[in-house]
Amino acid sequence: MTGFFNSTLGMSYGWSWFLATIIGILVIALPLMLAVAMIIYADRKIWAAMALRRGPNVVGPFGLLQSFADGLKVFLQETIVPSAANRGLFLLAPIITFTVALIVWAVVPFQPSVVLADINVGLLYVLAASSLGVYGIILAGWSSNSKYPFFSAIRAAAQMVSYEVAIGFVLISIVMWAGTFNLTGIVEAQKGLYGFINGFAFNPLLFPMSVVFLISSLAETQRAPFDLTEAESELVAGYQTEYSSMSFALYWLGEYANVLLMCTLNATLFWGGYLPPFDWAPLYVVPGIIWLFAKILFFFFVFSWIKATVPRYRYDQLMRLGWKVFLPLSLFWVFLVSGVLMFMRVGV
Amino acid sequence: MIQALAFYLFALVVLLSGAMTILSRNPVHSVLWLILAFFNAAGLMVLVGAEFIAMLLVIVYVGAVAVLFLFVVMMLDIDFAELRAGFVRYAALGLLLAVALVAEILIGVGAWSAGGIDLARRAAPTDAGVPNIEAIGQLLYTRYLFIFEGAGLVLLVAMIGAIVLTHRERSGSRYQNIARQNARRPQDATRNVRPEIGQGVQL
Repeated sequence: MTGFFNSTLGMSYGWSWFLATIIGILVIALPLMLAVAMIIYADRKIWAAMALRRGPNVVGPFGLLQSFADGLKVFLQETIVPSAANRGLFLLAPIITFTVALIVWAVVPFQPSVVLADINVGLLYVLAASSLGVYGIILAGWSSNSKYPFFSAIRAAAQMVSYEVAIGFVLISIVMWAGTFNLTGIVEAQKGLYGFINGFAFNPLLFPMSVVFLISSLAETQRAPFDLTEAESELVAGYQTEYSSMSFALYWLGEYANVLLMCTLNATLFWGGYLPPFDWAPLYVVPGIIWLFAKILFFFFVFSWIKATVPRYRYDQLMRLGWKVFLPLSLFWVFLVSGVLMFMRVGV
Repeated sequence: MIQALAFYLFALVVLLSGAMTILSRNPVHSVLWLILAFFNAAGLMVLVGAEFIAMLLVIVYVGAVAVLFLFVVMMLDIDFAELRAGFVRYAALGLLLAVALVAEILIGVGAWSAGGIDLARRAAPTDAGVPNIEAIGQLLYTRYLFIFEGAGLVLLVAMIGAIVLTHRERSGSRYQNIARQNARRPQDATRNVRPEIGQGVQL
């Protein structure tokens, strides 16, 4: 798009780059917000269907406008800042969560060469941004100056830091196999496995890592069964307890944007991203973005399915799974994958 | 133009947040200012084309180290009056450190402006076309392999040291033995008895 502004409209390179980037951000962020609203509705519907309920069905046809009604309701409410709270940080925390949930989308490839920032440290950028996500929650817990949010924040921070370690090792195996940190490069490296199938998950060596990554991404986004930070039987509403109105809505949006992002990462890193599932020419007629969306929606369904069916973990079980199962397993897999790669490239 | 603006923005924020780190009264705010300083330092790294270092700075310092800082500071019960009482006592030492640092900066600037530093004759000028990660990997795993391994060893020793120093055996805590729980069957755990009236059950 920079080229379009630069050559067709005759702007200087700097300005056309600036304009193209702004437009790119809007083109990603606005539909994302719409998608988040619809995905909240979908989540509630799926959950309701699995519990043999109807779910939202009043506002609009099939209740489709429920999320917008909720958004409007929340928007009209009063923002209450507790008098004991640390005012500046209290208001800053949801903004951090929401921003961090959005910035990662800059490196997600939607189609071949359709990506906002095609940087060669793409995966590291994803890791860096996801490690920032913990601040929104810690700050909310601390600045609320209230017991339950603080407990929740400590739980959340420990949980996210623990599972980030496992995620990091999983990503290293992927990077070694693909030979690049660039997300587009990783997607392209998944093309034509065994000559007919697209996706690292079909590789028996990398498949266990896709399972580890799926479970870790549940823990990283604090979805059930790892939603201990919002365990309503113990912690009221967790770190969001003291929040109301738009600051609460920002958490809501940020959380679901993160869930969508994790679904996208699952699809992109292991299931071929924008590539069709089979490496067969007629399938490439369908644009890549449709394949990507289909995969994202599939993973979101899996997330909702897990939420509706799996009971919540105990905290010590969560820590055990992260540190004593996933960390050694993924570390071992790093050795295994690098060994196999050495064997394939160099020979015995 | 944009690079220059971004540089001054990042540099200004680094300096300001560094100053606020030591000026703010609340230690949690101090840590947050420190995080902002790290973050903007990462921005500066991106500007000089060291994107790998920038990402590592964010992942390691902002994502892990600063979170632990924040944890510790939030948990600590800090007595502000006591903190301030030490100010006069340590003022001389602090002043000495500040003077030493300023002297180092002056010496550095003096050596730079005296000339004689030939940038073209650096140890290993890498090709600008090679991505950061590859260039660093090439150097670390070939030329500086032993130093790199040595650094890893130091980290390992530090890790073991931290575990040894902080680990304490708790007596009397009862851990869940999952394998034993799973291996347990109803016939091991329950017993059907039909006691005579007035006899009771032997447990």
